[in-house]
Amino acid sequence: MGIGEIILISLVKILLIISLLFLTVSYLTYFERKISAWVQNRIGPNRVGWKGLLQPFADVFKLMLKEDIVPEKADRIIHLLAPMIALFVAFSTFAVIPFGPEVHLFGYDIPLVVADVNMGVLFVLALTSLSVYGLTLAGWSSGSKYSLLGGIRSSAQMISYEISMGFSIGGVLLLSESLRPIAIVESQSGWMWNAIVQPIGFITFLVSAFAETNRLPFDLPEAEPELVGGFHTEYSSMKFAAFFLSEYANMIIASGLIVTLYLGGWQIPYIDLLGLPSGLVALLQVGAFIFKLVAILFFFLWVRWSLPRFRYDQLMNLGWKVMFPLSLINIIWVALLIMIFGL
Amino acid sequence: MLNNIQEFYNILPLIIIGGLILVSLIIEMYSESSEKILPWLSIIGFLFVGIYSLVEVGRTSIVLQNMLATGGVVNIFWLIFNITAAIVCLLSINYIKKYGAYYGEYYIIIQTSVLGMMLMAGAKDLIVIFLGLEVMSISFYVLAGFNRNRSSANEASLKYFLLGAFATGFLVYGIALIYGKATTTSIDAISLNFSALSGNVLFLTGVLLFLIGFSFKIAAFPFHMWVPDVYQGSPTTVAGLFSTAGKAAGFSALIVTFAALFGGPHGHLFTPYLSAIAVFSMLFGSIVAIMQTDIKRMLAYSSIAHAGYMLIGLASGNIDGVAGIIFYLAAYSFMNLAAFGIVSILEGKEETNLDLDSYAGLGTRSPFIAGLFALIMFALAGIPPFAGFFGKYYVFIAAIKSDLTWLAMVGILSSMISVYFYLRLVVIMYFKSSETEDKVSYTASEIIAVVIAVVFVIILGLAPGSFIDLVTKFL
Amino acid sequence: MTLEIVLFVIFALVCLVSGILMVTRVNPVISALFLVVNFGSLAGLYLTLNAQFIAVAQVIIYAGAIMVFFLFVIMLINPEHEKRFLEYKPQLKIFAVAIAVLVFLQIAYIILFSKPSEGVSREVAASVKAGTIEQIGRELFTKYVLPFEAVGYLLLSAAIGALVLAKKKFK
Repeated sequence: MGIGEIILISLVKILLIISLLFLTVSYLTYFERKISAWVQNRIGPNRVGWKGLLQPFADVFKLMLKEDIVPEKADRIIHLLAPMIALFVAFSTFAVIPFGPEVHLFGYDIPLVVADVNMGVLFVLALTSLSVYGLTLAGWSSGSKYSLLGGIRSSAQMISYEISMGFSIGGVLLLSESLRPIAIVESQSGWMWNAIVQPIGFITFLVSAFAETNRLPFDLPEAEPELVGGFHTEYSSMKFAAFFLSEYANMIIASGLIVTLYLGGWQIPYIDLLGLPSGLVALLQVGAFIFKLVAILFFFLWVRWSLPRFRYDQLMNLGWKVMFPLSLINIIWVALLIMIFGL
Repeated sequence: MLNNIQEFYNILPLIIIGGLILVSLIIEMYSESSEKILPWLSIIGFLFVGIYSLVEVGRTSIVLQNMLATGGVVNIFWLIFNITAAIVCLLSINYIKKYGAYYGEYYIIIQTSVLGMMLMAGAKDLIVIFLGLEVMSISFYVLAGFNRNRSSANEASLKYFLLGAFATGFLVYGIALIYGKATTTSIDAISLNFSALSGNVLFLTGVLLFLIGFSFKIAAFPFHMWVPDVYQGSPTTVAGLFSTAGKAAGFSALIVTFAALFGGPHGHLFTPYLSAIAVFSMLFGSIVAIMQTDIKRMLAYSSIAHAGYMLIGLASGNIDGVAGIIFYLAAYSFMNLAAFGIVSILEGKEETNLDLDSYAGLGTRSPFIAGLFALIMFALAGIPPFAGFFGKYYVFIAAIKSDLTWLAMVGILSSMISVYFYLRLVVIMYFKSSETEDKVSYTASEIIAVVIAVVFVIILGLAPGSFIDLVTKFL
Repeated sequence: MTLEIVLFVIFALVCLVSGILMVTRVNPVISALFLVVNFGSLAGLYLTLNAQFIAVAQVIIYAGAIMVFFLFVIMLINPEHEKRFLEYKPQLKIFAVAIAVLVFLQIAYIILFSKPSEGVSREVAASVKAGTIEQIGRELFTKYVLPFEAVGYLLLSAAIGALVLAKKKFK
């Protein structure tokens, strides 16, 4: 493959992923509303299109038509930059998440991942550590105390949970012996899913993922009763939409990571025993990835509408005194497994 | 990684202190009365490690991929650090209650600082020196400001931290330049290639920056300005730790890095720089100490002067000088610990009873303590037969052997100046009448700590030869 | 021109411009943000040198953690007072410029005359291998195990100290 072809293939993959992400994110808002309606025994959006299916587009139109308000005391440039950072970080993380095996298409071997980086997991950690900036700067640049408090809460929360997240990933890396997401997926062949081998790590990662995405029960940065709207109180129109989108994009990425790191990625256990044609297998595996992703997303939404919000000190106690030690225990557990069974 | 069980036994002191820190942390976390348990646990740990180091002193080895040396001089340093820290813990039990810092973490941080010192003394690699220094320094910054409700403690801690960070910057920059030329941080490799490297400007700049960084840590002249304020603002027992074990650790790192050159062709390369700061430290410390009215500031300037005397040993660039420094460090540690211990006993609540006048009439009010204090002052002034005299004696002899007679003469001159302010305190204690007739109250643990230190001062003064023989055997 | 040189020029320019902007901005928050950009471009430069792990560590630690705390502090204390401090004492600026020039001259000397890279192998494969996280991990747990543990205790003592100084409830 020449460099031109590589660039072309990558561009196609990027375009595909970005457009799919945008579509998924907008429909995730629809699902959120439908599921909340189901939980609360309501009907939910049902006016725009069949069963309300065009509702996300109506939302986007509404937001676009709204007036863009910048507070007088705001720092205009950073006020504009903050939602961009949030959205950029959220979308670029998906570059390293593999959503299918290598496929043969038009005579090329194409791995179904935008960038097959050999330290992909670290790339994800680096980007999530940058995502703090979006919220912090949004809070600061608005020139409002509610925004600032929300921004600071979010950074404290994200930094605290990044630690247990990083340590939970440590257990995964011990087993896969690689930082490449594809290698991690391949190391979980059969039923050797990390969620089964290291359940503690799975739980700590899951909880940390909730905190990192600022979702209920950890949505302190935007806790409505205390902080109006938290860091995005002073945002309106498309800038608000950008934060909204990035929150849902973060959820998708968190789910993608959970699937990749703990649920065997695109793999379907023992599918090669059936002797299906390779094209069909690849298609089924992409389907499996999407199925697992949607299941985790459903879990995210389900939790949001079932659990109350944590108090701030409870959140910090949970992060530092429960999740962090548990993730350390998980590393010891995995190390013991490797020592005893030579996994 | 460790190659055999013997290497494990050799680094056992480090492992014990490291484990002690973790155990203490867990006790601190779950125990309601950790501040009562931890001092005794720390003392037992320090004493065990100190005695173990002395017993195993003969097992010299280099372990952990040429990163750490054990046995010999290293174990003697470990002994000094641990005994000093044990005495400081014993002194602290009552003092920190008075000072308003009655918490278990105090002892944990003393343990981490001792771990840092032990790493410095055993280092065979510049990285280990740097890390050991940082473990020690960061613990010291915290100890200096332990009671954050006191503005003097905050000032001391912040000054120490800012200037210390600055000095660390010099040190790291120096190490970077050394690494840039030598392409290794192993001290042995650098000293082997020293002839080839010493012609290089960058390498020499690096070594000089390294020396400047450590000049700060040992409180030598142009980098001494933090000393009086930090000693004055910190808890007195902690100031005792800074001036004894902290200084010993700084010197141990200098000895680790420079002693390999002694006896070789470059042994005297840094003599001009070292003798310059030695002269200025001695004279500056002794002269300014005369003008002090606060006892802790006076001891601080005296500690600058003592750093100068010890630097003479380094400047003379021979093995006798190194042995002299180690003896001096041991002697000075016990003398200064006893001095700071007595100051901490006499200190009242809220930093009272610290000026020299409050020692008036101590000879009649509390003859035992006054006697001990007078003895310590004689020892610090270098009057025989106490340990202080022999420390200076060995260092000056080493200087004379290296044709640095003038340096020894300056040292003797400075000692004569310092006799004035040490003996002035004795005069105040015995010949000046005080306004109060209050007896001094003290607890058993404090007085035992001071007595132990004084006993060591006397033993080292009566039998200096055996200690020097032990040190010289391993140099 | 190879891709490497193009990348180097881009990252170097970003690094330089963001560095200058960082020093010249009046608002400390903006300065801090330019410092973040500067760290990012440095990470890019490390990548062109095949130091992948250092590049990612640079982003995670400096850009992601340390600078966030810087921003925190700046946002919370709102340093209006410090700005005036510089206006009172303009000679501090001269001091800063002098030190910067000194360091610059020294580094220029190192690069132009001392040639520290002479003794270093220029083999690309070796440098790629040295930069991988596998290699760094192996070195850390074998050759540098003592410094590694020492760093652990360093961070532990710093954490205990910070908690004691900041959070301890005094009776």
